[in-house]
Amino acid sequence: MSAAAQKLASSHPVLEMRHISKTFGAIRALQDVSLTVHAGELHALMGENGAGKSTLMKVLSGAYRPDAGGEILIDGKPAATGDPIKARAAGIAVIYQELSLAPNLTVAQNIFLGNEPRRFGIVDRDQCNRRANEIIARLGVFFSARALVSRLSLGERQLVEIARALSTNARIIVMDEPTTSLTSRETDSLFEVIATLKAQGIAIIYISHRMEEVYHLADRVSVLRDSGYVGTLDRADLNASRLVSMMVGRDLSAFYKKDHRPPDLKRAVALSVRGMSDGRLLKNCSLDLHKGEVLALAGLVGSGRTELARLIFGADRRSAGTLEVDGKPISIGSPREALDAGIAYLTEDRKELGLFLDMSISDNISMGVLARDALSGGFRDFSAAERRAAKAIADLSIRARSTQANAGSLSGGNQQKVLLARLLETEPKVVILDEPTRGVDVGAKSEIYRLIDNLANRGIAILMISSELPEVIGVADRVLVMRDGAIAGEVTASGGEPLRQEAIMELATGAAQE
Amino acid sequence: MTDRTTTSVDQAVVRSRRLRTAFAALGMLPVLVLLAAGFQFINPRFLTETNLLIVTQQSSINIVLAAGMTFVILTGGIDLSVGSILAASAMVAVLVSLVPDWGLLGVPAAILVGLGFGLANGLLVAYIRLPPFIVTLGSLTAVRGIARLLGQDTTVFNSDLPFDFIGNGSLFGIPWLVVIALSVVVLSWLVLKRTVLGTWIYAVGGNAEAARLTGIKVPLVLLFVYGVSGLLAGLGGAMSAARLYAANGLQLGQSYELDAIAAVILGGTSFVGGVGSIWGTLIGGLIIAVLSNGLILAGVSDIWQYIIKGLVIIVAVALDRYRLQAGART
Repeated sequence: MSAAAQKLASSHPVLEMRHISKTFGAIRALQDVSLTVHAGELHALMGENGAGKSTLMKVLSGAYRPDAGGEILIDGKPAATGDPIKARAAGIAVIYQELSLAPNLTVAQNIFLGNEPRRFGIVDRDQCNRRANEIIARLGVFFSARALVSRLSLGERQLVEIARALSTNARIIVMDEPTTSLTSRETDSLFEVIATLKAQGIAIIYISHRMEEVYHLADRVSVLRDSGYVGTLDRADLNASRLVSMMVGRDLSAFYKKDHRPPDLKRAVALSVRGMSDGRLLKNCSLDLHKGEVLALAGLVGSGRTELARLIFGADRRSAGTLEVDGKPISIGSPREALDAGIAYLTEDRKELGLFLDMSISDNISMGVLARDALSGGFRDFSAAERRAAKAIADLSIRARSTQANAGSLSGGNQQKVLLARLLETEPKVVILDEPTRGVDVGAKSEIYRLIDNLANRGIAILMISSELPEVIGVADRVLVMRDGAIAGEVTASGGEPLRQEAIMELATGAAQE
Repeated sequence: MTDRTTTSVDQAVVRSRRLRTAFAALGMLPVLVLLAAGFQFINPRFLTETNLLIVTQQSSINIVLAAGMTFVILTGGIDLSVGSILAASAMVAVLVSLVPDWGLLGVPAAILVGLGFGLANGLLVAYIRLPPFIVTLGSLTAVRGIARLLGQDTTVFNSDLPFDFIGNGSLFGIPWLVVIALSVVVLSWLVLKRTVLGTWIYAVGGNAEAARLTGIKVPLVLLFVYGVSGLLAGLGGAMSAARLYAANGLQLGQSYELDAIAAVILGGTSFVGGVGSIWGTLIGGLIIAVLSNGLILAGVSDIWQYIIKGLVIIVAVALDRYRLQAGART
């Protein structure tokens, strides 16, 4: 047993969840899960999407009541279950992926929303700001309590959420994928804040799909799979293959697939982009994408990768730039024209910009080709849609009750596969994938990598935006790095040497210039 | 742990979920049946052939307007101008009917006028990108003015209306008004549920940005739905003129848009778009007509009729919330 583990064993647990089960009708969302968390510990919770992490946290926060037999102990004393207000009073705070701040109020107003310090029944604004500044100081970050939340970056907003949790004297803070939309600098300052919180004896339950973060932060890691508890690893025993096999229940020897040959750059150019600018962020971006090539577009969040993809796809208006597909110049003014030219785009935000959550899987998959499938008179060909859906479900192993189930009822990974299926139905020559594995579980990730590999082998040109460097290295043949709205440089695998993570980071951060 | 017997709490949860699912599938039909049974209990004259014909006839114009409104609300929009468009179209119908030998053209003229106003709304919403509420609030007022202008602010009559059979005739014993309303509902169903365009309408209402990125021409879809709403308001104008042998730009169709919106909402179509059905709208329209007719037969005063109708709409929307929650938890 390591020293850290011994220290944990000797300190008393601040939270114990014992034998928690939760059923919804016939569906068992949690099955006899137990979790022990100590004061000052960062306890990572991992598992594929749908493994039961969110349900467990909802039981903790009081949103769900556990089935009979399950109990929650705080400081060794049984706590009320199924009551969010009592859970908060007991010191439990949850910071969700979707931030719940009011953008037009100040930091201080958000921190004390619904819990304002009052004097004579009137909100005491001075006290509000003073106490907010105290809490912000406790986090060791630098923005004013009087700042409007709409002026803050996503990372700073997250810190406001944490400050709000501290204002209610939270002792157990749950963070659900807190770094998903943060830049690496913001991520670093979040990690500093986390260290500060731990030093103050606050326990943190940290949900993440990102292996690196868990290595960096976790004192212990618990893994859930298929609604059940798999096991807990101490920091000293962490290793990637063990964690992955605990999560998926099988060995993922070939996690990344890169079977297609490294591209021969003399091969035909499928997409040629010259001098793209949007008059705001993007400046004179050019690139060549070859047939059967996976070209990754790396860079920090905010460097302009999504903006460039959207310009190429005609989703936004460009101020300058030309496009060629298969050597022929084309003009693209709308997504419709891009699709007609053989360019397809997978959005990074599948719920807001991709899916029709209230419509069936079948409709979602066929949405881009309805007109092509139509019978005379503009009538729908439902059997064609059904055939496409059934084939996609089989080809991409989408787990769904039926082709008529709502897209909203699927898990994240399966929703992503539905979007990929829709994109492939348009028979594209060029595919732009924007964060194709964001919020997707490990199993679906490897399936998506295999799909990307298959597409490349079929000669389709792929432009992949990704913020996960291991994914970029593992999947791409060549990497373009963006910084501040321009292409900062190219990283290629030369002479049998693999792509270097450090080279990408240097270009992305501008360290290479200095 | 797996074989632990389900507790009674769980069973209650399962039962309430089943109840909700069944409730969601049936929509507002049970409300309509209950209302009819209740009114029959109060006044046995309610469920007679004569009275039912009156109810359906009275609801027919509202159902035609509500069908158009369903298209618009499914895209997440609203059309407040249908009452005014109906008035202007009715004016045109009567004025054209006065032209010797060409009187029958009053009907297509009314429909075309309605279509024109609808397309104007659609152009402003789809291409100038103004909020639908504001565009149609403006045309509610402006088109009302045009309706008054058309008859120099008087009532226009034609006691020898060439198309009066629409308002007062029957086809195999069924009033033409009812035949038209039902045809509009069936045609709307065909378009919404059986054509590519219909699926696009649901897609635009469900997620307009995703629809655009999927290659759907969102502005054209919006232009279409406002055009349909205007066209059906024009048809409603012709029906109204045919029934009254007259039209008045000031009074005709006042606040009809509210009854049409109420019918759509009662029918379970979501106000944010993307979810709903034309059959629900039909039932919603019938509920409103049954309420008005039944309350009169029950001898309820005019004032109380307003209060009761208003409360029914609010309760129905509350029920709609409950249904949507049931759907979200699958």
